[in-house]
Amino acid sequence: MLSSINISTEEVQKIAQLSRIGMTEEEIEGFRYQLSLILENFRVLENIDTSDTEPTGHSSSVSSVMREDVAGNPSDHEDILANAPQKENGFFRVKAVLEQ
Amino acid sequence: MKTDLYNLTLKEAHDILASRQASSVDLTASVLDRIDSVEGKVKAFVRVTRQNAMDMAKEADKNLANGSYSQITGIPLQLKDNMCYKGIPTTCSSYMLEGFVPHYSATVVDKLQSQQAVIVGKGNMDEFAMGSSTENSAFSKTYNPWDLKRVPGGSSGGPAAAVSAGECIYSLGSDTGGSIRQPASLCGVVGLKPTYGLVSRYGLVAFASSLDQIGPLTKNVSDCAIVLNQIAGHDYRDSTSIQHKIPNYTEALRSDIRGLRIGVPKEYYSDGTDPEISKTIWTALKTLEAQGAIVEETTLPYTDYALAVYYILAPAEASANLARYDGVKYGFAYDGIDDMWKTMEKTKQHGFGPEVKRRIMLGTYALSSGYYDAYYMKAQKVRTLIIQDFQNAFNKYDVLITPTSPSVAFKIGEKDKDPVQMYKSDLCTIPPSIAGIPAISIPCGFVNNLPVGMQIIAKHLGEETILRTAYTYEQSTNWHTMRPPL
Repeated sequence: MLSSINISTEEVQKIAQLSRIGMTEEEIEGFRYQLSLILENFRVLENIDTSDTEPTGHSSSVSSVMREDVAGNPSDHEDILANAPQKENGFFRVKAVLEQ
Repeated sequence: MKTDLYNLTLKEAHDILASRQASSVDLTASVLDRIDSVEGKVKAFVRVTRQNAMDMAKEADKNLANGSYSQITGIPLQLKDNMCYKGIPTTCSSYMLEGFVPHYSATVVDKLQSQQAVIVGKGNMDEFAMGSSTENSAFSKTYNPWDLKRVPGGSSGGPAAAVSAGECIYSLGSDTGGSIRQPASLCGVVGLKPTYGLVSRYGLVAFASSLDQIGPLTKNVSDCAIVLNQIAGHDYRDSTSIQHKIPNYTEALRSDIRGLRIGVPKEYYSDGTDPEISKTIWTALKTLEAQGAIVEETTLPYTDYALAVYYILAPAEASANLARYDGVKYGFAYDGIDDMWKTMEKTKQHGFGPEVKRRIMLGTYALSSGYYDAYYMKAQKVRTLIIQDFQNAFNKYDVLITPTSPSVAFKIGEKDKDPVQMYKSDLCTIPPSIAGIPAISIPCGFVNNLPVGMQIIAKHLGEETILRTAYTYEQSTNWHTMRPPL
């Protein structure tokens, strides 16, 4: 059994960082309270014996769909780039990824 | 009479167009006029595509004149704003998709356009389809046409309110845990979530990919069958699309349920459900019994765990799906700082609303190292048990009947500060979603002058049984003809 759920500020900061969502201190405190409350409601699942149960990832029985490799007309390069916040010479422009 | 054309059902409108009593331009103009007169109160649209709609109506009239048309040709509809429609902004009611104009259309949109359906606009929704009240839209709340102080439900609140208010003849919504059925129930219209994989998800902005499904919101059951005929079918562009011979769903519209075995799972009528709603559903069950159905109480013991399973699995999938909104490829991008990670963090901080952040955080937590087995894996295992519950029930019964929503439309602001209470709005609609099976909500009465919806659930690909049951009920009642006093 998990003990009563009370997420710490550090844990919320860590999840925010994993999610890449910037947050104010007020937001972190709000989420700390709300996530603890929501997770507390998930504890009902602890009461179920699932030791012999297989997990279901998908309700559809479809698996590994194969098709012939046929040449088609993919989306136009310019059409896709038209939505880019920043572009340059036919490429998406991004901030520097590597440190200088 | 032409001024009231917006009030017609899809089938009635088709008959009038086909017999040339009115044109698609007349019908579309009537719907656009109706939007002009009530949209200020209802706010069911993110965008009205007026000029496009009139152009399409003119095209449709040509086809109607030369005899090459189908049942949806020239009929105005709305699309929930999470389905791509080439050249028209798709927002998901989020700032995050600011400026995004899809350069392709969803498969469902292609299918409708190939029949000269007339798209009048994009429907408001909870941001990224996360919510049960449409209060999470970044642009505006949508108001329930039956009582403008109340929510229309969600996340397809715009589509349900638009159909109810006569701002379109029908609409397409999407349903992940109840997002078609619950608003249909709260607005007094018909809403079907088809079997997972029956309708292509290509071009539908992803929320929780193992659960998302597109379906119709209509004024009655016959219209629902007509729309399903047009949108169902395999699509190579959606790898979870089912290979299944699509029947003619309108042939299922027979008023005959003699010997139909109806299971009534007691878990859906427990303390969490308004007793007045339970009573209303039981009255409807008596009507079905009088038509020759066999009604029996039953039990689905894992029902009470479905909410927890859903609110682990759907946010987990959402946290992966929504990672793509990084401000690089499309949509909102925070500007003004050089650091890449900081830019991404600021983009998500300002682009997403609180509920979307909450679900991403919840999902990231459930998938994170140390918690994966306790939450995500556990939820997937209990998902199996919920599916088995339904399989056992469908060995005995043809359909299961429950309330669609545990309450009638609640007041705006009543639950938006309390996520757990809000999540409980989906209590009755979540279990079929988890199992990937079809379910419909149809109007079956009123409590405190607000519509009540009855949910009819069938086994995998059991849409015809659902439609036959719903149609039979509809034929012996007149709830579906009630319109809000706007």
